[in-house]
Amino acid sequence: MKVAITSTGNSLESKLDQRFGRCAFFLIYDTETLGIEFIPNPNKDAQNGAGPASVQMVASHNVQKIISGEFGIKIKSLLDSLKIQMIVLKEPEKSVSEIITMLNK
Amino acid sequence: MSPRPIRLRKVSSPPIISGFKPYGNKSNTVNTESVFLHLEEYEAIRLCDFEMLNHHKASLIMDVSRPTLTRIYAKARQKIAEALVLGKKIIIEGGKIYFDSEWFFCNNCGCHFNNPDKEETIKECPLCKSTGFSNSGQINDEPGESPTRCNDICICFSCGFEQPHQFGRRCNEEICPRCSKNMVRKGILYNRNTKSY
Repeated sequence: MKVAITSTGNSLESKLDQRFGRCAFFLIYDTETLGIEFIPNPNKDAQNGAGPASVQMVASHNVQKIISGEFGIKIKSLLDSLKIQMIVLKEPEKSVSEIITMLNK
Repeated sequence: MSPRPIRLRKVSSPPIISGFKPYGNKSNTVNTESVFLHLEEYEAIRLCDFEMLNHHKASLIMDVSRPTLTRIYAKARQKIAEALVLGKKIIIEGGKIYFDSEWFFCNNCGCHFNNPDKEETIKECPLCKSTGFSNSGQINDEPGESPTRCNDICICFSCGFEQPHQFGRRCNEEICPRCSKNMVRKGILYNRNTKSY
């Protein structure tokens, strides 16, 4: 199963990005093969519609869960219809490697 | 004056079919027209006639006022009657709606999560696999609760007025209080003619 985590940088020490649509990087983590892939977010500086465009990009990687600090109003209904689980973690100081170890437990 | 915008209706889950087709036409005139039943009207029929709730309870579930629900319900019955009497197809689509899902709060890791698959019940927290979680209802998106979700700033590109970005509102819907023009997110590249940023 693939999980997307929003990240502020492209290393495992970077912190969880509190925004979804305008986060810096998406970390796609595969819980079966333990593969990690960083994808830069092309919608980081989008003027509007960053959320739906990011959802489209993340959904094309067949993820089933998304971990972020926040999901906008437009995205919630979109992810609901795509049956992707949203996990809201309001801890900006947590690094993405900590989240991956939580997922592996 | 433009009319007041339509309030979004909450629909718990989409219908399992996308419409109905008539069969066995008695007269030879086949009616190829169709009736478009909106999703909110489907939901009103489901709550009032299938779940047997009264209009007040159904209106609370759909997050609209009781008179609005009664209007949606009356429209739905009118459309279904039209399809039955005139032998029209029913297509369920459209409407000003959003889908709602249940939210849970994990007591162990402090995360909120939702249940995307409504047929299955959640057994453990998807993040830390603990079973100590509780139903938290809807996540509160009141801006007053936590005012600074992100540290972004909305800026007016004509006079340079800045204000903190409000979560859940598009920057170009914000109006600059000084020159009453639409604002944009600060830091994005916006220079068609302006020299700034």
